[in-house]
Amino acid sequence: MKVRFPKITVWRVIFAAIMLSGLYATYIRVFYGLGGATNLSDKFPWGIWIGFDVMCGVALASGGFTLVATVHIFNLENYKPVLRPAILTAFLGYILVVVGLLYDLGRPDRLWHPLVMWNPHSVMFEVAWCVTLYSTVLFLEFLPIVFERFGLHRPIEWIHRISVPLMILGVLLSTLHQSSIGSLFLIMPEKLYPLWYTPLLPLLFYISAIAVGIAMTIFESWHSSRAFGRALELPLLAGLARVLAVILSVYLWLRFIDLGHRDALPLLLRNRIETWLFLLEIGLLLVPTVLLYQRRVRLRPGALYACSVMVVFGIVANRLNTGTTGLEAGSGTHYIPKWSEVAITLSIVAAGFAIFRVVAQYFPVFEAHAHGAASSEVGETEEDPVAVG
Amino acid sequence: MSKAILYDSTLCIGCKACEGACAERWGLPYDDKIAAEERISAHKLTAIETHGERYCRRLCMNCVQPACASVCPVGALQKTDLGPVTYDADKCMGCRYCMQACPFQVPTYEWAKRLPRMRKCDMCFERQSKGKLTACAEACPVGATVNGDREELLAEARKRLADKPGDYYQKIYGVKEVGGTSVFFLSAVPFEQIGLRTGVPQEPLPQTTWQVLELLPGVVSTGAILLGGIWWITNRRADVARVEGKHK
Repeated sequence: MKVRFPKITVWRVIFAAIMLSGLYATYIRVFYGLGGATNLSDKFPWGIWIGFDVMCGVALASGGFTLVATVHIFNLENYKPVLRPAILTAFLGYILVVVGLLYDLGRPDRLWHPLVMWNPHSVMFEVAWCVTLYSTVLFLEFLPIVFERFGLHRPIEWIHRISVPLMILGVLLSTLHQSSIGSLFLIMPEKLYPLWYTPLLPLLFYISAIAVGIAMTIFESWHSSRAFGRALELPLLAGLARVLAVILSVYLWLRFIDLGHRDALPLLLRNRIETWLFLLEIGLLLVPTVLLYQRRVRLRPGALYACSVMVVFGIVANRLNTGTTGLEAGSGTHYIPKWSEVAITLSIVAAGFAIFRVVAQYFPVFEAHAHGAASSEVGETEEDPVAVG
Repeated sequence: MSKAILYDSTLCIGCKACEGACAERWGLPYDDKIAAEERISAHKLTAIETHGERYCRRLCMNCVQPACASVCPVGALQKTDLGPVTYDADKCMGCRYCMQACPFQVPTYEWAKRLPRMRKCDMCFERQSKGKLTACAEACPVGATVNGDREELLAEARKRLADKPGDYYQKIYGVKEVGGTSVFFLSAVPFEQIGLRTGVPQEPLPQTTWQVLELLPGVVSTGAILLGGIWWITNRRADVARVEGKHK
């Protein structure tokens, strides 16, 4: 391959600017500590590095286990074309979550401590173990893509032999820690605003993780189809979108049943920042739910994409509200992230996009991309029984 | 036998002798400037607050069932049989979940340091395990802070409420709060007027997460059987379909 100077585009300039600011913020974080790099305080010890980088990172990576379960455990093989990108997203997502944690932990050199110093009463301990094990599972699930790229068939067979228990383990580990990230906040009943604090936090986090995993799958299929100029797996994505609408309906129904049950609905009448943030979050989830029930929305790529973006932003809003803004009033303080916190968060997101693109370009992630015309033809002729039938 | 501290706000004269003794015990600097700071921080583990004409002390409550110790992923925080909640800085990885979980907002962090630790009062665990009084109780010239057995101090507090009903708000802070603490407060006025958090739950907080965590073995085993079963059934169906397709 010939080495040539990359073309300068608007996106590349933005990317470079973000990465440079992240680099400078990293320098501040390393040499001036958390105090120099963040606006955290004794009363507000968790900021966007936890609320976004970790909580949203884990949620947005949930497409991996959702699609593994769909394709391999429920054996809905027609969803296979979107499985690999979902696994790649998940694997990347978890790596980036660990990167975020390295910034956030006061002693990142002790990241491994929970693996040897146990406290089974701690939700964080459980999350640490699950994330470690699940990252290993994702690595093994991603490995065949690498082997395939280099034509190593023997190792693919080895992994294939353990693949079923591996996939079941992956789904179980995801179930545990996706819900447990919600459980983290169960211990703060007096701090977390009642629109978010509920004993149902683990269940709600789990259901919403599945929803956003599906939304992310649609999101990245749309982007990659544009980036690589390949056909969009529209009937497949429309099928996923229908499932997404049902899951979101269950989720929203549970949210409101729970609010009613806890007599928290009157809180919505108060003119407080929490009310507006809550309505924003619910709106971002309710609008796509209603839209996705309509067939013509599901079958229009642009509308489908817009809905998936709304769901992603809705869940991001939910995680940020639970992890940061919902805790402000109860902590008696205000928190606005420092520029360096934002710079590092943006750098992590930008790095995620860039690495995804590079990997998708050089490895057989999108089957249509790898095998060319053959499978895109299948995509068009094979009608999806869920979406169309 | 479990130890405790009783702080009687009606006796406190705001001399801050406890602050000085505490700083000395931890080897922390203490001067007029630090004395003027009316809040606890990583360099000041106890503080006397002024609320009009009254005083109140801030220190770790050393809860009977501490949220901080239950959430610590590495077990750096421990509730000792003696009463104090101790902290092992060598284990701590700096996740700050203890700070987030503490209903009294007691744990503080060395934000400016490159290798930071959490800091909080540990009710002088070392001194008390050698039979000595806490530094603050020893230093208090008027007996506003006393240190002793938890049950005896509780009885003493009840006696004070009964002996001088006019001088006291008729409640002891720390008996019901989060299921009980190892630091008790007496006051002439309702507790929120001297800055104590009265909105904290009356039940021990570790229960809130434990009731979910204890479901784990059930969720894992049920999930494993369910997923394995679903896989077996769906694949069997696919196998059958494949074989039947061949025969056609």
